Amino acid sequence: METRYPGFADPVLDAQASFRAVLEAMSRPGRVQAVVAPPELPPGLSPAAAAMLLTLVDAATPLHLTAGAEAEAWVRFHCGCPLVEVQDAVFVLDPAARLEALDAGTEEEPENGATLILEVAGLEEGRGWRLRGPGIRGEHRLQVRGAPEGFLAAWARNRARFPRGVDVILCAGVQIAALPRTVQIEEG
Amino acid sequence: MTYDPGYNFAYLDESTKRMIRRAILKGVAIPGHQVPFGSREMPLPYGWGTGGIQVTASILGPDDTLKVIDQGADDTTNAVSIRAFFRRVAGVATTERTAEATVIQTRHRIPEHPLTEQQIIVYQVPMPEPLFRLEPRIAETKRMHALADYGLMHVRLYEDIARHGHIATSYNYPVMVNGRYLMAPSPIPAFDNPKMDQMPALQLFGAGREKRIYAVPPYTGVRSLDFDDHPFRPIRAPHACALCGSRESYLDEVITDDSGGKMFVCSDTSYCTERQTAREAAE
Repeated sequence: METRYPGFADPVLDAQASFRAVLEAMSRPGRVQAVVAPPELPPGLSPAAAAMLLTLVDAATPLHLTAGAEAEAWVRFHCGCPLVEVQDAVFVLDPAARLEALDAGTEEEPENGATLILEVAGLEEGRGWRLRGPGIRGEHRLQVRGAPEGFLAAWARNRARFPRGVDVILCAGVQIAALPRTVQIEEG
Repeated sequence: MTYDPGYNFAYLDESTKRMIRRAILKGVAIPGHQVPFGSREMPLPYGWGTGGIQVTASILGPDDTLKVIDQGADDTTNAVSIRAFFRRVAGVATTERTAEATVIQTRHRIPEHPLTEQQIIVYQVPMPEPLFRLEPRIAETKRMHALADYGLMHVRLYEDIARHGHIATSYNYPVMVNGRYLMAPSPIPAFDNPKMDQMPALQLFGAGREKRIYAVPPYTGVRSLDFDDHPFRPIRAPHACALCGSRESYLDEVITDDSGGKMFVCSDTSYCTERQTAREAAE
């Protein structure tokens, strides 16, 4: 299947801007950043999730994707990544994926832990969850609308196995926020 | 500004940048842990900052302002060449003033001027493994990091005390990051170690020859190893800078003739120049 949907308007500078957004998001968990989105999107992907795939995924990073055939054809063309089952993936974009099902790396090579790109309904700073940990002075607050059922309990288990673990990039519209495996989350 | 059209923006090809960017993100997610990456051949030899340059090239955008220092100085060969390199291949603005920079690449110093949340500091790292003089086998040091088994490093510091009466390590002084990973801060003077703790800026480390990237996120605990009865003490030459008079900055000892003449001056040239200018303006 071929795709008629484009990638970044400027593949070099848009990827750089989106990377700086995710670097800032990962460095300061709970702070919301805006990415540069491609001009047109395949059905099934938010602008932010599409930008993250174009920025980070390529032939070296197997992807698990459940966003439909159009989105699959689009990533095959623009990212050239293998599409695999959830446990073999380096990046996962699947709203039903459980954190425990993803590769968490090993004690010696925790960097092999997968990254979950999670589409949510909305992100807002200043209220909601209470975040603590590296990258945060005192406390950041982040409201995540539409997080999966039982996410906080699963997150606590994810965090408990540090340095192994999974990192999460939350996407809503053109906005992202990140949850590195070090961050401690309490209900607001 | 424009960049040399003979190269991709910021020199590296896009798939290399993606690989380095993924390594940086995992480094940030696991503070102090060394992430392997496929270090590329750069147009200058290993040992001249290839790791730092690859990290800088992967994060740099057209709106960034780059500062490069070598042992604190903006005007040394390494710093001048790397600034010229990025002006050519990325067309970015460069500066010598710490406060104006958004990205600071450094060899062996942290600027005296406190860094802010809007800045990223990139360290050039010759040897990322803090345990390598104690345990040469990488397979073994990986296991020691996995188990947080850092007793060997404490023994080394203890042996310093037994032999010299104090911890005699004055640069590349080992630190614990976020209470979990032992990390080499690169060969910055121990004087600079306290600046790493709870720094508002993101700190990235690139080791080109050793092919490792690691990171310290902002506002993260970085503690220099010590003992209750031998607390960590940053060392500074007990003099004032001969040029600006600073008693707080880190000083270089400069030999001025062949009959024992010497002077102490700030190693951070930007800081020293700003102080001299301010003093002249006041007079």
